[in-house]
Amino acid sequence: MAWTDTVKEIAGIKMHLSRAGSGRPVLVLHHDIGTPERLPFYDALAAKFDVLVPHHPGWGKSERPQWLRHPRDIAAMHSWLVTELGLTDVSLVGLGFGGWIAAEMASQSPATYRRLVLVGAMGIKPPEGDIADQAIVSYIDYPRAGFHNQDAFAAVYGDISIDQLEQWDVCREMSFRTAWKPYMYSQTLPHLLGGVRSPALVVWGDDDRIVPISAGKAYTKALGNATMTTIAACGHFAEMEKPDEIARLVTDFVNAN
Amino acid sequence: MHLMYFTEQPMSAYDADEGLKYGATALTFSNKYYDPVAGSRLYNEYIEDYLLAEEYGADGIMLNEHHNAPFCMQAKTNIFASILAAVTKRVKIVILGNPLPLCDNPIRMAEELAMIDMISKGRLVPGFVRGGGQEQLASGVNPAFNRERFIEAHDLIQKIWSEPGPFRWEGTHYQHRVVNPWAVPLQKPYPRVWVPGVLSKETIIWTAQQRYPYIALNTSIDHTREIWKQYSDTAAECGYTAGPENFGYLIRVHVQDTEEKALANARQFMWMQGEFTGLAHPVWANPSGYFSPSGRRNFVQFATGRAKNPRGNPSFEEQVQSTMIIAGTPDQVIERLKYVVENTRPGIMGIWANDGNVSKEDRQRCIKLLCGEVMPAIREFGNKLGLKDPWEANAPVHLRYSTDLVGQKVAAE
Repeated sequence: MAWTDTVKEIAGIKMHLSRAGSGRPVLVLHHDIGTPERLPFYDALAAKFDVLVPHHPGWGKSERPQWLRHPRDIAAMHSWLVTELGLTDVSLVGLGFGGWIAAEMASQSPATYRRLVLVGAMGIKPPEGDIADQAIVSYIDYPRAGFHNQDAFAAVYGDISIDQLEQWDVCREMSFRTAWKPYMYSQTLPHLLGGVRSPALVVWGDDDRIVPISAGKAYTKALGNATMTTIAACGHFAEMEKPDEIARLVTDFVNAN
Repeated sequence: MHLMYFTEQPMSAYDADEGLKYGATALTFSNKYYDPVAGSRLYNEYIEDYLLAEEYGADGIMLNEHHNAPFCMQAKTNIFASILAAVTKRVKIVILGNPLPLCDNPIRMAEELAMIDMISKGRLVPGFVRGGGQEQLASGVNPAFNRERFIEAHDLIQKIWSEPGPFRWEGTHYQHRVVNPWAVPLQKPYPRVWVPGVLSKETIIWTAQQRYPYIALNTSIDHTREIWKQYSDTAAECGYTAGPENFGYLIRVHVQDTEEKALANARQFMWMQGEFTGLAHPVWANPSGYFSPSGRRNFVQFATGRAKNPRGNPSFEEQVQSTMIIAGTPDQVIERLKYVVENTRPGIMGIWANDGNVSKEDRQRCIKLLCGEVMPAIREFGNKLGLKDPWEANAPVHLRYSTDLVGQKVAAE
C-alpha cells in the first residue's frame, strides 16, 4: 500500500498525517501509546477507503502544543484538520484514547460524521471497574496488558527498540498532560453524546484489561444510535491484535447504507 | 558554618519481610502494615531527639516530607516545623523542603509558613523542593507540570511575602482572585529559602538565579563539585560571586563511643537504599514528564531493566570508603568530616545521623556525641577555612536584594 506522509499546520502546530487509499474518507485516531508508522489494519482499511492517520499533537511526529490540556483540545485540532483538507462525509474510527477524541468530535458536531466507530474507547468513567493506570507500570507492561495474546504483542513490537521506549515515554507524558485527572475520562462527555446523529458502532475486545467493557456499554447507551459488538480472545489494542476482524467490521459499517 | 541535625524519621516498626515479599516498599505497599501504636511512639521519640540535638548544640534541625513509604514518617513537614517552633528555643527550623508542586493552594502554604516563622520568633528556613516523582503519584498531582508548578508556586509565595495584599494572581497553574493572607512572616524581607537537590541541572540553575543556597543531598565529592561549578557559573552570569554561603551539603554520619558500634548502626543507612525499604519501580520515581527530557533515553533503559541505575548502587563498604557514609568515634568522624568539608567547602552542613532501626538509646548517644563533640570541632574547622553560612555572610535573601551585582548601581528593590 502506498502511503503519503504530509505535515499540516493546525493551531500553529505541525501535525503529521499519513494517508493512503481512495473512496470514502476514514479518519483513524490512535491510542494513548501512539501508533507504529504502518499497521496491517491501516492497510486493510486503505484497500477500501481514503484513510487518514494523523499523529495527535504532541504524539509521534506531531509537534507538542505546550498549551494542550485536554482530549477535547485534540478533538478540535482534528476537526480543524478535516476542515482544512476539505473532507466531507468523513467516518471516524477511534482506538482507545483515540475513541475518546472521536466521541468528543462527534459530540461537538452531532450530524457531521458519516459513521462513528469506537474501539475500546476511553473517555467515559466505567460504571464497573477502572481504566488501568499506566503511571504505575513500566513502558512495556502497559502495552502488554492491552493484548490478550502476547504473541500478537511480539508480532507488532518485536524486540522493543530504545527509540520505541522513548516514544512510549513521550506518549505517556502527553497522556498525563491531557488526561491526568480524572484519569482518562470526562465527567461531562456522557451527557453530551445523546445528540449524536451519526450511526455508531462500539467494539470491545472481550479481554480488554485497559478499559473495562462496562464503559462500552455506557457509550452504547449514551449515544443516540449505537450498537455494540465484542471480539473474542482480544485485548484493548484490538486493531493490532485482530486487524482483519476489526477492518471487516469497520468496512461493513462504514459502507452500510 | 551552619550545622544541622537530620533524620528521615523512619517508620522502622513494620514487617520488612512483607515489603520484600511484595517487592516494593513505597507507593502501593499497603498501609495495612503501618502500626499506629509504634508510629505514635516513634513520633514522640523523634521530638525528644530533636530537643536533645538543640540542647547539645546543633545550629539547626532539618526536616523533610515523603508519602506512602516507611522510610519517612513525615507526611507534612509543616506539622513538625510547627511543633519545633513551639518546643525548641534556639535552633533554626530548616524545612528542606516543602514540595511546592503538591500544593494546590500556595496562599495557604505561605500562610502556614508565616505562622511557623512568627511562632518560632523568626527561626524558620522555609526551603522548597519539587518533590520526588513518587510524591506526585501519591498525591494525584500531574508530574508533567511539576517544574512549572514549582516555579509558579514559588513566585506567588514570594510575592505574598514581599508585597502587600490584596492582589490578584492569574497564572498558568494557579488562579486566585483575592490574595491577601493576614499571616505574614516575621523575618524580613522574607525568611531565607534554601533548595535541596540531587540530580537535575535545571534546579541548580534556577536556584542560582534566585541566589538561594543549594543543598546537595549526599552527592559524591566529585558530583558536588560539579554542582558547585554549575551554580557558580550561573551566579557569574547573574552578576554575583557564589561562596560557601550559597552551598550546603548533607552527609550521613553516625557517631558512637566505639567504631564497631558506629559501623553496625551505620549499616542501617542501607535500610532505605533497597536492602529493607526504599524498593520501588523506577517509573514511580520518574513519572513521564517529571524528569528532564535530556535524561529520557537513559532513563527508559534503566526503567525497563536494560541499564544500571544512573545513580549507581554502591555497597555499604564502598560508601564508607568514598565518605558518602561516615561512621566511628567522635575523633574518627571529625577527621573524615574535615576531609569532606575541605573538599566541598559548604557554609551549610546537614548531618543525617540516624536511620532505620537504630535503638532510641543509640540514637540519643549519637546525637550527644555529634552535636556536643563533632559539630563544635567542624564549626571551628569551617571558621578557619572561612566557610560562612548565609547569616554570617549577611547574604541577600534573594538576588533582587543584592547590592553587589556586577554592573548594578543600586539594589533592584
